[in-house]
Formats: sequence, C-alpha cells, structure tokens
Amino acid sequence: MNNTIIDVIKKYEGIKGSAIPILQEVQEIEGYISNDTIREISAVTGIPSAELYGIATFYSMFRLKPQGRHTIRTCKGTACHVSGADTIASAIRTHLKLPENENTTDDDRFTVLEVACLGCCSLAPVIMIDDTTYGKLTIGKLARILDSYT
Amino acid sequence: MASCGLAAGADEIYRALEKSLPDSVKLEKTACLGFCYAEPMIELVDEHNESKVYGNITLRDIPGIAEQKPPVSKLMLDANGDAPANAQLAQQVRIVTRHAGRIDPENLQDYLDDSGYEALRKACTAMNAQDVIDTIKNSGLRGRGGAGFPTGLKWQLAKNAKGDKKYIICNADEGDPGAFMDRNVLESDPHTVLEGMAICARAIGADEGYIYCRAEYPLAIKRLRKAIADAEKGGFLGDNIFKSGFSLHIRIKEGAGAFVCGEETALIASIEGKRGMPVLRPPYPAEAGLWGKPTNNNNVETYAAVPWILLHGADAYAAYGTEKSKGTKVFALAGKVKHTGMVEVPMGMTLRRIIYDIGGGIKDDRPIKAVQLGGPSGGCIPESLLDTPVDYESIVQTGAIMGSGGMVVMDDTSCMVNIAAFFLKFIQNESCGKCTFCRIGTLRMLEILQRIQEGKGVPDDIGKLEELSEQIIASSLCGLGKTAPNPVLTTLRYFRDEYLAHIEKKRCPAGVCRALVHFTIDREACTGCTLCAKNCPVNAITGSPKKPHTIDQDSCISCGACYTVCKFDAVIRS
Repeated sequence: MNNTIIDVIKKYEGIKGSAIPILQEVQEIEGYISNDTIREISAVTGIPSAELYGIATFYSMFRLKPQGRHTIRTCKGTACHVSGADTIASAIRTHLKLPENENTTDDDRFTVLEVACLGCCSLAPVIMIDDTTYGKLTIGKLARILDSYT
Repeated sequence: MASCGLAAGADEIYRALEKSLPDSVKLEKTACLGFCYAEPMIELVDEHNESKVYGNITLRDIPGIAEQKPPVSKLMLDANGDAPANAQLAQQVRIVTRHAGRIDPENLQDYLDDSGYEALRKACTAMNAQDVIDTIKNSGLRGRGGAGFPTGLKWQLAKNAKGDKKYIICNADEGDPGAFMDRNVLESDPHTVLEGMAICARAIGADEGYIYCRAEYPLAIKRLRKAIADAEKGGFLGDNIFKSGFSLHIRIKEGAGAFVCGEETALIASIEGKRGMPVLRPPYPAEAGLWGKPTNNNNVETYAAVPWILLHGADAYAAYGTEKSKGTKVFALAGKVKHTGMVEVPMGMTLRRIIYDIGGGIKDDRPIKAVQLGGPSGGCIPESLLDTPVDYESIVQTGAIMGSGGMVVMDDTSCMVNIAAFFLKFIQNESCGKCTFCRIGTLRMLEILQRIQEGKGVPDDIGKLEELSEQIIASSLCGLGKTAPNPVLTTLRYFRDEYLAHIEKKRCPAGVCRALVHFTIDREACTGCTLCAKNCPVNAITGSPKKPHTIDQDSCISCGACYTVCKFDAVIRS
C-alpha cells in the first residue's frame, strides 16, 4: 500500500464528504489518478471504487492518464473565443507537433488542455502554463513562451 | 495585484520598484481597481496624501517613478478628477467593489481601518436576527448569481426552517465563461465576503459555512484562506464572536471543474463529496440542504453587498436602481470593448452607457454587433436594443438573462451562428447527463449548428432548432438545461439573416466559419514583409522575404490570422 495515499486519507479522517479533496490531493502528488490509486483509496476509506471512479470522471480536473511535466491550459471562454482562442490552440499544437487526438507531447514536456474560462477575460486570449497566466497573446509571442519551458 | 494584473506583469513591476524606490517611499500591494485593460497599474500617493494612478506601466517607467517623475502620458486617475479614466469611474457606484484596488486584501488591518467588521459587530451586538433580515428585505437586494431571488426572503425561509443545525454556503463557483466579477471581489476584498456570510449566519442561526470556490482561481483561494485565518485570530470568525455567543466556522471547498455545480443542489452534492448532479426542488435548501439540514446559499457578490447595507441602511442601498431591481450590479466587461475590466453600476443604467461611456466603445472603432449577457444561460442582445436598462425584468424581455455579470461585447467580426455553437458545445460538455433532453437534445442541436457552419445546412434546420429548444426547456430539471437553448434562440431571434446566409447562400457574412471562407494572397499587393507567415498558426504560408508569399490550401485552417495582420490588404478572403 502506498504511504502517501494513506497520509492524505488520514488528514481527512472523520470529515464528511472528503472523497473529492482526497482525490485532488492525491492527484497533486502523483500527477494523475490511476486505477490502482482508486482501488487503494477505496480499500482504506471504504468508499466503493465505482463511486470514486464516478467522481473522477465527472469532474474535469481529474486526470486518468499520466501527464506531461508542464500543463498548458488554453482558455476557451467567450472573450477568448471572440479574440481568436481557436487560432492560438492550433498554433500551440503546431509548435509542439502534437496531433489532434493526443494531449501529451512525445517527450512528456507538455500536456495541453482546454479549459472553460480562466477568468482573465480582459486580457483575452489567455493561456495558463502551470501556475503562470499569459494574456494578450499573439502567435508571435507563443514560440518564445513555450520554448522557455523545459 | 490580482490575476489580471499579475498576468499583465505586475509582479515584475513590483520587484523592480522594490529594488529602485528610495527608503522614504513606502511600497504596498493592492488588488483590482477594475481597469484591467491598463494593467499593470500603480498608484502614487504624495506627502499631501494626494493620489495619482498610472496605467500600462512597463519596466522602462521604473527609473522615472523612482525619481518621482512618473510618466505623465500614462496618468489615468487623479484627485482633481480630470485624468482620462476619472470619467469612467465617476459614472460608477462602488459598493461591492468599494475596497477593490484601494486596500491590501491580505492585510486585515486595512479592512478594519475602513469600518471592516463593524457591520458584523452591529449585527451581533445591536440588532436581533429579525432586524438583520428586515434590513436586507427592505434594501431590495436580490441574488446576484443571476436568478435574482430576493435575498431577505431567502434568509427568512432559512431562519424559519426548523433544525438543530444550519449551514451557509457561498457560491464562488463562477463558471460562466466571460465572467470574472466574483474572482475580482474575492481577490481584492475577501473579508467583505466573509463578513457578509457571518452576518447571514448570525441572522439565520447557522454555525458552519462553506465557500465553494472553483479551483481555477488559486489566488482567490489563497487570499480567502489567509483572510479566514486572520479573521479567526482577530475574533471576527470562530467561537463566541463579539462575545455574543454566536460562533461561525468557515471552510473552503475547492471545486473540481464542473459548471453544473453552480446550480445550488448540484453544489451541495459536490460539497458532500458526490458527483455534482442537481436534484428536484422542493424541498429547497432552506428546508433541507447540505446533509439534509436547512442551508442558505448565496453568491459572492450578494454576500459582499451585505456589510455595506447594514452600515449605511436599507434605504441608502435602495436609493440606487430601479423599482424592482435595487442597488448596484458588478459586470465583467470583456470582448471587443476598449476598456475591458470590472465595473459596478446602479441597476437601470443602459447597456449603451456601460459599453460606450464606461467601456470606451468598440476596439478599433468597429461597429458593434451584439452584447452577450448571462453566459451559456443568457443570450445575445443586438445593437438595436442597447438602450435596454440593466435590470432583471428588462433583460429577460430581450430573451437574455441578467446572469452573474459577464458582459462580452462582439463586433462585426463575430459570426452569430458560431457563437451559438460555441455556447452549445460548452453546455454539451457540461451537461451532467441526468435529463435526456439536456444530454441528447443539446447534442442534436449542436450537430445541426455544426452542419450549418459547414455549409451543409438545410432550410428545415431552423425549425428543428426551435422545436428542440422548446423540448429541452420543458423537459430539463435544472437551470442549466432549462436555459441551454437561450443562446440559440436569441441569435435566431435577432440574427436570423446570418443563419439564412449560411444555409441558403453557403456564406458566412462575418468570415468566421472555416469551411465557408478561404484565403489567398494577391501576388501584386504582397510586399513579402513575412508578417503573415510569422502569424500563421499552422505554418501554411511560405515565401522568401521581400517576395510574394503563398498559402498552402491543404494545410490552411482558414483561421484568418493572416488576413487580420496584413498591412497591405494583400490577403484576400473569399
């Protein structure tokens, strides 16, 4: 049994409705939620694994596959949409040579995700790489930003 | 230094100022004044306590600022009121956002210095629970999450509900794409939200509260955590507040990314650790909410208005606004408007005044086409209705809804069929799947819209969209489904000619729908400046410098980036 998972679960012992924060924290440590992780959480907490899997697939922040070292979140909110978010998303994929049906680059450098809205609408179009937000993006600026991550 | 400012580089400016300012100058952080288009901004206060605000600060301005010679051309606000942005501010009434950009949100003392927690003291020591509720009722405050339910009445129901345990919830799951008011309030003035919640808890008899905040707002969560800890230390939250015997413990629950959790029953399910799926009401949360106990749930902006109302009185609040919609509303102004940012205006101001007088009009002075209000549950209001006053009733008459306050302005470069499809795709992704019409009906509608965008629409499609809309509205359980067709219905109502152009003429008038436009380069006009090639997202443009360029039609995705950047009108759209 994985000790990190047990440590996380211990923190929530006796607190009602902790399935989501437990999954969030485990994902924070391990990068994603694997089937094994779900079985382990279920074994310790007694929450059925079907229920945990149901939660993990319901909420968009949970990842069921290993992720790249950096996460790019392309904002697809209304303001970004009318300011060319689709073009930015295409440019990111072209620059990273990422095919349409893949989200993670071959070298595991980036995982590319689309998010509904980052709430920085006044700086549209916007992307977020890890915890840093880049606003008023142009295709010209993109390559330099992406290449600064290793 | 809120998310917008930080994204614009405020942190870098702060660090540079830290290094170069002389010791005689005190450097402080603040949050969002609402002028997001001019970020990063700084405020200089001189020895006479006179303030001047400068915008669009770059590292090049730092040496000048350090020598007390700030860039005059970047002046935005000054105490005399004659700087460029003063007029924008003069038309606003700042109640919910009264501290935004004025105080350090991470410093409790700043909040206390401006009557912070005085309203809670009043509620705990000088008023009884019913007095508090009556004040809120008389103020006319209505739920700012979008539905506009009278707040005082909601509190009364929760107070009257019998139960040994009651909860309060603050809905900070601001999910509408294009809305960021709540994020700004939480980042700029977290204590005012906590104080509003505490006053509500005191009035209805709750001792435990949750703030359900979306995980996409890490800075808001960080500032809330600190604010809760500081308030507990200061005795404004926790046990026996103001020695009145009233206790309140507030916890933060981070959302995990589900738009439907903005709906109150889904939100409650999510706090309980389950999939966020709505359930039928009644019973309403006021009777049986979180863990079956009476629960009051309001949105961030609603709670944030409460301390001001208690301090200044119900009449002072009700003096603003219209007959049925009292007070002020915060809007997030975004899209193709010059002054993007956060504004707070009295209810009843017209959309035109907000967009033109405060928002400065449309970027590049293009013609306005529509303004989108209320996110995926709302609709697109056309130019001809811009004199509609913003109040709950008038906005509903246009087919849109007030919503939480996202206001996205669109110019003639937006295709309304594309916008309708955009929102429907969002709803399709976010539908929880419980009701068949919402789950499958919206998918069928999206397929029709995609077909129309590809030039494969048939005349019958408009009728089908209207029929499906009617059925989805009638057969969905929660607000998400019931309002899902609104963006389609309003665009059909006001922009039917655009749908017809796509269907009958296979033309996209705005030149957005990728299957219906293509781009070529006029070899005579092209100067070989290479700008188009540099801006092509898919590297479809080739050519040597100073020689005419060409677009490879096979790899071109018709995004129009080259068309937008070309300075010589050499890119032809057909």
